[in-house]
Amino acid sequence: METRQIGRPLTRNEDPRLLTGRALFVDDVELPGMLHAAFLRSPHARAAIRSIDTDAAKARAGVVAVITAEDLGEYWQPGPLLVPPPPIKGMVFRQRCQVPLAKGEVRHVGEPVVMVVAESRYVAEDAVGDIVVEYEPLPPVIGLEAALSSDSPRVHADLPDNIAADVHQAKGDYAAARAKAAHLIRRRFTYDRGASNPMETRGIVAQWDHKAEKLTVWDTTQAPVFIRNGLAAMLGLSERQVRVVAPFIGGGFGPKMMMFYPEEVLVPWMALRLDRPVKWIEDRLEHFTATTQERSQVHDCELALDARGKILGVRDDFLMDTGAYNPYGLTVPLNSQCTLLNCYDVPAYDSRFRAIYTNRTLVTPYRGAGRQHGIFVMERMLDAAARELGLDRAEIRRRNLIPADAFPYHNELIYQDFAPLTYDSGNYAPILDKALHAIGYAEFAAEKAKARAEGRHLGLGVVCYVEGTGIGPYEGAKVRVQASGKVTLATGVGTQGQGHFTSFAQVVAEQLGVDVRDVEVTTGDTDVFDWGAGTFASRGAVVTGSAAHGAAVEVRTKILKTAAEHFECAEADLVLADGAVSIAGVPENRITLGELARLANPMRGAVKPGTVPGLEATSYFGPQMGATAAGAHAMVIEIDAQTMRPTILRYVVVHDCGTVLNPLILSGQIQGGVAQGIGNAFFEELVWTDDGQLLNASLADYLLPTALDVPRMDVLHTETPSPLNPLGTKGAGEGGAIPVGALFAQAIEDALDLPARGIEVSEIPLSPSRLWEICNPSG
Amino acid sequence: MKPAPFDWHAPESVAEALALKARHGEDARFLAGGQSLVPAMNFRIAQPAVLVDLNRVAGLDAIAVGADGSLTIGAMARNAAIERHAGAVKSHPILAEALHEVAHPQVRNRGTLGGNLSHADPASEMPAVMLALAARFLIRSARGERQVAAAEFFLGPLTTALELDEMLAEIRLPPLPPRSGTAWLEIARRRGEYAMMGVAAVVTRDAAGICTAVRLACCSAGPTPMAAPKAAASLVGTKLTDADLAQAAALLKQEIAPTGSVQASPAYQRHLAGVIAARALATAWERAA
Amino acid sequence: MRRRVTLSINGDAVTREVEPRLLLSDFIRHEAGLTGTHVGCEHGVCGACTIRLDGAPVRSCLIFAVQAEGHEVRTVESLGTPDALSVLQQAFRDAHGLQCGYCTPGILMTMTAFLEENPDPGEEAVRHALSGNLCRCTGYQHIVDAVLLAAKRLRETA
Ligand SMILES: Cc1cc2nc3c(=O)[nH]c(=O)nc-3n(C[C@H](O)[C@H](O)[C@H](O)COP(=O)(O)OP(=O)(O)OC[C@H]3O[C@@H](n4cnc5c(N)ncnc54)[C@H](O)[C@@H]3O)c2cc1C
Ligand code: FES
Ligand code: FES
Repeated sequence: METRQIGRPLTRNEDPRLLTGRALFVDDVELPGMLHAAFLRSPHARAAIRSIDTDAAKARAGVVAVITAEDLGEYWQPGPLLVPPPPIKGMVFRQRCQVPLAKGEVRHVGEPVVMVVAESRYVAEDAVGDIVVEYEPLPPVIGLEAALSSDSPRVHADLPDNIAADVHQAKGDYAAARAKAAHLIRRRFTYDRGASNPMETRGIVAQWDHKAEKLTVWDTTQAPVFIRNGLAAMLGLSERQVRVVAPFIGGGFGPKMMMFYPEEVLVPWMALRLDRPVKWIEDRLEHFTATTQERSQVHDCELALDARGKILGVRDDFLMDTGAYNPYGLTVPLNSQCTLLNCYDVPAYDSRFRAIYTNRTLVTPYRGAGRQHGIFVMERMLDAAARELGLDRAEIRRRNLIPADAFPYHNELIYQDFAPLTYDSGNYAPILDKALHAIGYAEFAAEKAKARAEGRHLGLGVVCYVEGTGIGPYEGAKVRVQASGKVTLATGVGTQGQGHFTSFAQVVAEQLGVDVRDVEVTTGDTDVFDWGAGTFASRGAVVTGSAAHGAAVEVRTKILKTAAEHFECAEADLVLADGAVSIAGVPENRITLGELARLANPMRGAVKPGTVPGLEATSYFGPQMGATAAGAHAMVIEIDAQTMRPTILRYVVVHDCGTVLNPLILSGQIQGGVAQGIGNAFFEELVWTDDGQLLNASLADYLLPTALDVPRMDVLHTETPSPLNPLGTKGAGEGGAIPVGALFAQAIEDALDLPARGIEVSEIPLSPSRLWEICNPSG
Repeated sequence: MKPAPFDWHAPESVAEALALKARHGEDARFLAGGQSLVPAMNFRIAQPAVLVDLNRVAGLDAIAVGADGSLTIGAMARNAAIERHAGAVKSHPILAEALHEVAHPQVRNRGTLGGNLSHADPASEMPAVMLALAARFLIRSARGERQVAAAEFFLGPLTTALELDEMLAEIRLPPLPPRSGTAWLEIARRRGEYAMMGVAAVVTRDAAGICTAVRLACCSAGPTPMAAPKAAASLVGTKLTDADLAQAAALLKQEIAPTGSVQASPAYQRHLAGVIAARALATAWERAA
Repeated sequence: MRRRVTLSINGDAVTREVEPRLLLSDFIRHEAGLTGTHVGCEHGVCGACTIRLDGAPVRSCLIFAVQAEGHEVRTVESLGTPDALSVLQQAFRDAHGLQCGYCTPGILMTMTAFLEENPDPGEEAVRHALSGNLCRCTGYQHIVDAVLLAAKRLRETA
């Protein structure tokens, strides 16, 4: 009997270490003779650097090195373009990547200007205070529309304007759709910035071992293999001479995927030059301006519908703030552009976006990565359309869902993975129905009326979303049975809390008939496995999980072959279970996996020519395209109509991400995503002045939701397997966060009956104060 | 985010602490719970050369209820200790009610009332509560001691009547008259956050159910905690009907001067003040019964 | 400027020469080598650095190491071991109360103290007690479940 491991709500293998404080995080790395780095960062959004005086800093006791851009010589290079843009006809794309230390001009608050290395972080910070930089402040580029005007200052003087990209994509014939439309809805939306704020900030420790001629780097990166390859190239070392370890990481959410951060370039270089280990741990203040952020977007959208409320076409034109540099290419705006179509059958789409350079912190993907913006626009448009047509908001959605028999469904646009956007599989109507049922949609009108009679304001929201997940290029995995009978699995991705030590172990255990606790997973150590792209875009479970599956299937084959030779029987007569192989019906005729591993790796005697030793296999998996997960969120909110304080009374998530590897871990991912979505919708706002200063760069002023702000949620599933990978799974990392802004907007409008007062909510983030202003435009 | 260097002194008596502060003057700061000072030092917004740590000074953390229902609280009494002090909860329940909204349990385990008041953050709950309770502060220095009424203590944002060599030693709260009720109400974005608006209400009624005295004060309503004497006076002689409350709320909105923050616009703050003043007064009135 | 201090951490005396400005969080992590206590903000908001000082949960990033002399410091390392988790730790594992685990030590120290005083808490009380600890991964629901589960198990064995 084989036990199924996939789909079980197993507790996690990694937890005992984490719970007892024994797991290694980057800042836990302690090395003899270690030095500590700190950075002087630009206090200006845009300024010319006139002079830098580091004499006093260098003279301070305990300071070992003070480095400016000039001191870097040839090593000073703009970072690589991380994600080259896909080939879209007629697009404009102008790449400007971040530099290790600012030279001549600073382009955002927080950009590093001088690096200090000292005997302690305390002294390094003292020395930063000793440095005198003479800046000539220049007018910064902050507002998106202002950035486009012909007399705007330019973020990059060598470019003709502030346009980083101008991309137009279309599906069908929007002009024709518009011409025959019974209703045209037009709206403008803004969706502002947020910061990822994982509880662990970024950090790097680098150590050069001059005897072994080997550089070891501990990095909070989500992509250790790329960092290893890049560092080796930059430093003129062979890839074998560089080991990058991404140990336990205290949350990633995307920005830890950015490469290369200036500090990532500089700390290893320093360690080599000084021949002493160097550590830099980002502090929370630095995190607010030096770690990449979410995007600001402004959308102008038009929706064409027929008389019954069926969508004929959508036209959207949006601006996106990409910050001072754009190493991540078009990933974020393409996500917005493609995800806007959501789960609906939209025959015609005409979409243009312009990415704009501004003197603000860089924008790269953060959980959702632009998808929430697209979803916000489409869901808000449908709410407006429902009102105009006198349709129920659930009904207008139902009428437009892509029918279950229309998959694979082609949206034709080029997606961030360079492939034409195609939804692999889905069955959307049951998702919406389940959400409506669970939230009590049918009974809500009565509930709302009853509450209103008591002076309470209840509102309901229900929105749908899709999530492009599990994109390529590929990941790999190596599975090996050890002589002890335990199994090891190594992959190149890093892990930031997604439970990979357990879900990957389940995938392997399922094939090898071993206890999940006996599968030891190593992630993020390039000396153990050094192929792969990284943990991003909800791809870990899908792509790496599939690679692990492939490797485990191969090892299983080897096990059965070796055992068949041992027992001199046919493979079909063998049973692999409980860490051993036995002959069917003769359980006493049994050999353990450990013994088989030893047989497969003999010390003496001859093996057949062509034999590969060991019970080991390495497998790679690259999906032909991303898998599209889907879901719906519904919530009932109560708002104090006088203070505008919201209380979430019920929250329902229905999610379809194909085959579920571990429902416990999945529900955790979704709940965490919703919490970040709630933060984004109602708590978190980066407040900038017109001259590019961030006013709330602390966790006291940038409000992450607490246990009192995030409600208990009901997480339900439907399962439509993906045909794109052997496990049938789709990613689930971002779905929780994506639709929450749209959900809040709708529920708030409902609770306060805003449309009846001629008011709509067309922006995120919200706050009680902002909501009050929206409701009381005259103050 | 590491603090700049400083000299640290940990005196064991008040006299020693005062002598140290007198000697170092402007360069020195008292260190109480450190829950405002140390974050500022970690950000290097504050870089005192000398810290006079009050945590080892004996006898500064007493909490005592007088026979008349008055309450004295030593400056170094931890917020958590006040919150849990049965006598204080009974004599001045608004203290615990407001303290419950001050930060989180871990911060209240360390932070002190004296430190909170000396810090004089206009967004803080406790200065407003002190105004509403007509507190008096015992201030000591090597030169002697003096008492200052709460209304004269708070001079501006992070600015108090304390001279450079002075220490806030004790907080003295007069007893609440019979048939008094109190309420603290605030609207913050998250629990434990500084409030966007907070109101302390203290009302007293006579045996016939007529209001005889009211004190009102707000936090986050101006450069200092803001009392609202006109609004309070308008309620004396009334029964705090909805109409009375609406009128008082309207007056209070004129008496405060909110300046706005990253979380709230001034107009919204003023609006909130009216809403929650009426609610706090109604609650206090009920409790006075 | 340096001073010699001896701190009692989890019952062990640790003596070092330190500057008065050294934060207790840094002393615990980098002088005593107890890296289970994490640092997330160094301004008192996130709660990752929460330890117990004479039994009371406090932020170790807002106390100077020199101030802790003569007091009893307890960190996450004083709870269970991987093979013998404390009841609360086990409940966190069973209820999936952690993802990246970075916030977890501070939460365990906060909630261990909370459960000692509140053996039979309701969900609201647990959420209030938790509100001084930020977690960016879990959405808190499984943490709340874990604390309630631990309370139940502790009551059953009491
Ligand atoms: C996460 C967090 C959230 C918070 N939220 C709130 C909140 O919602 N509301 C709120 O009111 N507060 C809040 N606080 C601040 C907290 O209440 C502080 O404890 C308080 O403001 C200062 O008290 P302390 O004892 O810590 O003083 P310290 O930080 O030690 O000192 C503060 C200032 O007062 C001076 N001082 C201290 N004692 C004396 C004395 N006896 N005589 C003269 N001067 C003295 C110091 O030199 C210093 O300048 C928060 C703090 C944190 C970390
Ligand atoms: S690190 Fe101490 S509270 Fe965040
Ligand atoms: S588990 Fe990652 S911050 Fe809480």
